[in-house]
Amino acid sequence: MISIQDVSKTFSTHEKQVEALKHCSLDINNGEIFGVIGYSGAGKSTLVRIINQLERQTSGHVFIDGVDISSLSKKDLMKKRMKIGMIFQHFNLLWSRTVKDNIALPLEIAKVPKDKRQEKVKNLIQLVGLEGRENAFPSELSGGQKQRVGIARALANDPTILLCDEATSALDPETTESILDLLTKINHELGITIVLITHQMEVVQKICHRIAVMSEGEIVETGTAKTIFEHPQHPVTKRFVKDISHTGNIERIDQELKTLYPDGVILRLTFDESISDKPILANIIRQTDLPISIVNSHLTHSIAGTLGVMYIHVPEKTTKLDQFIELLVTERVKVEVV
Amino acid sequence: MSFLSQINWSLMMKAIQETLYMTIISLLFSILLGLVIGLILFITQKDSLYPQRYIFMILNLCVNILRAIPFIILLICLMPVTKLLVGRILGAKAALPALICSASPFYARMCMIALTEVDKGTIEASKAMGATNWQIITKVLLPEAKPALISGIALMGISLVGYTAMAGAIGAGGLGDLAYTYGFARNNLVVTYVSTCFVVLIVFVIQGIGDYIVKKLDKR
Repeated sequence: MISIQDVSKTFSTHEKQVEALKHCSLDINNGEIFGVIGYSGAGKSTLVRIINQLERQTSGHVFIDGVDISSLSKKDLMKKRMKIGMIFQHFNLLWSRTVKDNIALPLEIAKVPKDKRQEKVKNLIQLVGLEGRENAFPSELSGGQKQRVGIARALANDPTILLCDEATSALDPETTESILDLLTKINHELGITIVLITHQMEVVQKICHRIAVMSEGEIVETGTAKTIFEHPQHPVTKRFVKDISHTGNIERIDQELKTLYPDGVILRLTFDESISDKPILANIIRQTDLPISIVNSHLTHSIAGTLGVMYIHVPEKTTKLDQFIELLVTERVKVEVV
Repeated sequence: MSFLSQINWSLMMKAIQETLYMTIISLLFSILLGLVIGLILFITQKDSLYPQRYIFMILNLCVNILRAIPFIILLICLMPVTKLLVGRILGAKAALPALICSASPFYARMCMIALTEVDKGTIEASKAMGATNWQIITKVLLPEAKPALISGIALMGISLVGYTAMAGAIGAGGLGDLAYTYGFARNNLVVTYVSTCFVVLIVFVIQGIGDYIVKKLDKR
């Protein structure tokens, strides 16, 4: 278990002092995927670096499995760090080393004999799915492949904890998905505790068991993914949940409706604020006499303002439907076929 | 090509040898010294691996002073030291202390720049792996900075060829000396031009080797 107790961190420069962390307390259980979410500058990078003491706290304690790691000697701390893997937003691979030599670096640091190193590297390459790329240099890899190397490297010394510092922020959505799948697999198969910090709500929503929300150096909310998503308390959390309901939810609803209504046509109608107070739909239904049923509707808030989204189901494709869509479009309603 | 007969080729060969001798020996010493000083400067500076304010300040000051003194003045200033170290103040060997004193701070500065350009993220990553400072230096910093360190050597080598020509002025021999005393002073300009050609040739070879190695090494 990782136990962060009343940790504060102040950075002092000549001009001013910056409080990066203010009395943060957090317990992370063994074997869970724990997400820390916050906007940039919230202090989450500092928090994750406190765990492996890349940053030393100004006050407070960090216990890993009961050991106060800030009280460890330099030598013991280095040993402890070997058991805490870390991956980074910009991968931080050595360009001068090939994939397999990059993965071997932590093993060299831990003074693992050469034949054991080779065997270990081979297994890791298999685990992250990079077979055939062993002798490539990082410059020859895609972002997703680079992060796979980063993950393999972080796992080299069989850590019990894996720290992920914005590990998917530099990747496109599809690659992000595959990296998250890999992290879930690692958590599942190897039982490693994963601490993941991110500003992407989709990421924590997808894989985290529990979540902490950070704002201005404070942990403002902690809870299971479900409670945070369903009952956000703090304004920052609410903002995150709203952001996600706009993009993530739509995909989910699309899927749900498709399984519920395998036949016929499902349309997604989007109304913006300027037209949401007119009786557009009622008029058009009267004109076209189309038998529709409303299957889902909600409001979403985003930086673009409030949007009304409505899903309707039509049993079959007819000329009436075409006319219906045409009329909606002339009224400036966005119509999409799901 | 009859003008070439005005050249004493055995003198020319001896001069080339002296220039190469001075350049290569001082280059080897300066690489070692410069690398060590540059590394110490890098790791002792603020927020680096082993911050030591006073060591950094003193070393930095020494490097700056040595780099500020024009080579020809340094050559004269160092005469007593040279006499003590080498036993004489004439000849190619006698030019070495001044050449090394001038080139190593230059290379130290270039090493420091090369090391500073190593991605900070890789240093952080190796710290997170539990690496010691020595492991970070040998396994991360030096390999990652290698192309810049090599092109620095080429640059320093070229400067050294120029310095050896100046060292010729105080009797160190070499192509610079030949071009001056036999070519200019005895009004035999052919000697001056031919020795200059050889100097240019040496510079080209050094640059060519440097560029080739850097190209081979750089996998970015």
